[in-house]
Amino acid sequence: MRSERNKIIARGLWGNNPVFRQVLGICSTLAVTNLVLNTVVMCAALVFTLSCSAASVSILRRVTPRNIRMMVETLIIAFYVIIVDVLLKAYWPEMSANLGPYVGLIITNCIIMGRCEAYGNSNPPGPAFLDGFFNALGYSFVLLIIASFREVLGMGTFMGLHVPYFSGPGWDKWIVMVMPPGAFFMLGVVTWVFRSIQSEKGRN
Amino acid sequence: MNIEIELSRALVVFVSAIFTQNILLAYFLGLCPFIGVSREIKTAFGLGLAVIFVMTSTSLLNWLAYHYVLEPLGLHFFRFILFIVIIAAFVQFTEMVVDRFSPVLYQNLGVFLPLITVNCAILGASLFMVIRDYGFIVTIGYGLGSGIGWFLAIIAMAGIRQKLANDRIPRGLQGAGITLIIAGIMALAFTGFTGVLQAR
Repeated sequence: MRSERNKIIARGLWGNNPVFRQVLGICSTLAVTNLVLNTVVMCAALVFTLSCSAASVSILRRVTPRNIRMMVETLIIAFYVIIVDVLLKAYWPEMSANLGPYVGLIITNCIIMGRCEAYGNSNPPGPAFLDGFFNALGYSFVLLIIASFREVLGMGTFMGLHVPYFSGPGWDKWIVMVMPPGAFFMLGVVTWVFRSIQSEKGRN
Repeated sequence: MNIEIELSRALVVFVSAIFTQNILLAYFLGLCPFIGVSREIKTAFGLGLAVIFVMTSTSLLNWLAYHYVLEPLGLHFFRFILFIVIIAAFVQFTEMVVDRFSPVLYQNLGVFLPLITVNCAILGASLFMVIRDYGFIVTIGYGLGSGIGWFLAIIAMAGIRQKLANDRIPRGLQGAGITLIIAGIMALAFTGFTGVLQAR
């Protein structure tokens, strides 16, 4: 049991990382990585949605008819996303406005559907929850790396606070980093770096 | 509401949705199929056409559903579920019709239809339409423009990737990595259109 759990954790965080191994679900979240704070909120929403919906799909796996499985999964995911959306609107309206449609777009985030299909569907709720949780964490840590680079290089701040060297006059701000192309470049570079580390390790 | 003003606004939204506000390169929507299905021009072409068709139709359907069903009932928060159900139902319906009446078209286009249900660009277009409060005519321009913009981007990417197929690329950068870097350069090029048109 314990080794099984460790395997799930390692796979989600590193070996089968959603972002740089599976390249899934980056759509709705790249747009919010220009500020670290937005990314943190978005990732928290994703961790909640992914782990809960994976567990729910797993609980319902025996009573769900095969042919409408996808639809049921989508509705389960939508249910959790609506909870997040309503909570954000009620308690943190500014953040809700910042994130715009991207909270709703968690529904079509392919990583959630992917994990529900690949794991939640054929495993008991406990492991499914763990798998969802650690996949979401693996996803979050890569996005946080991207967001930190983008905000520090592009705006000279980190979570809205000034960073000593980068916000001073000595640093010419890389505006391109907070614009859309910067997100693509950063994700490309991050994918490159992590995959190279993995293949180095594989060779040794 | 003046119909002429609406029409000219729709035209502006249409052009800016293709170039300056490209749904893929500026809003990152529909990235997964963009990376997964852009190895060959032929398949990219089929998928792109399917996206244009589905995006235009579903954003109109969703507009109608939002303004005539959800708004009178005050069920705004219910839009996620309603939109995704409408999209899934529409895609399923189209697939059946195409399969029944045109096997050739089904061969070229139909296989991409199921993929589209989970394409975030489709849902994204509908959500943007609600957030920006577009009218019906403007929504036509927006849906069509976004679809064409996505189509252009994936065709361009497939063309570049076909040329890249025989090049020597560092191992970690192969596949997704190089595609993302190229997408970044493409996005940079598309930001060059900013200022040609300002969406009002």
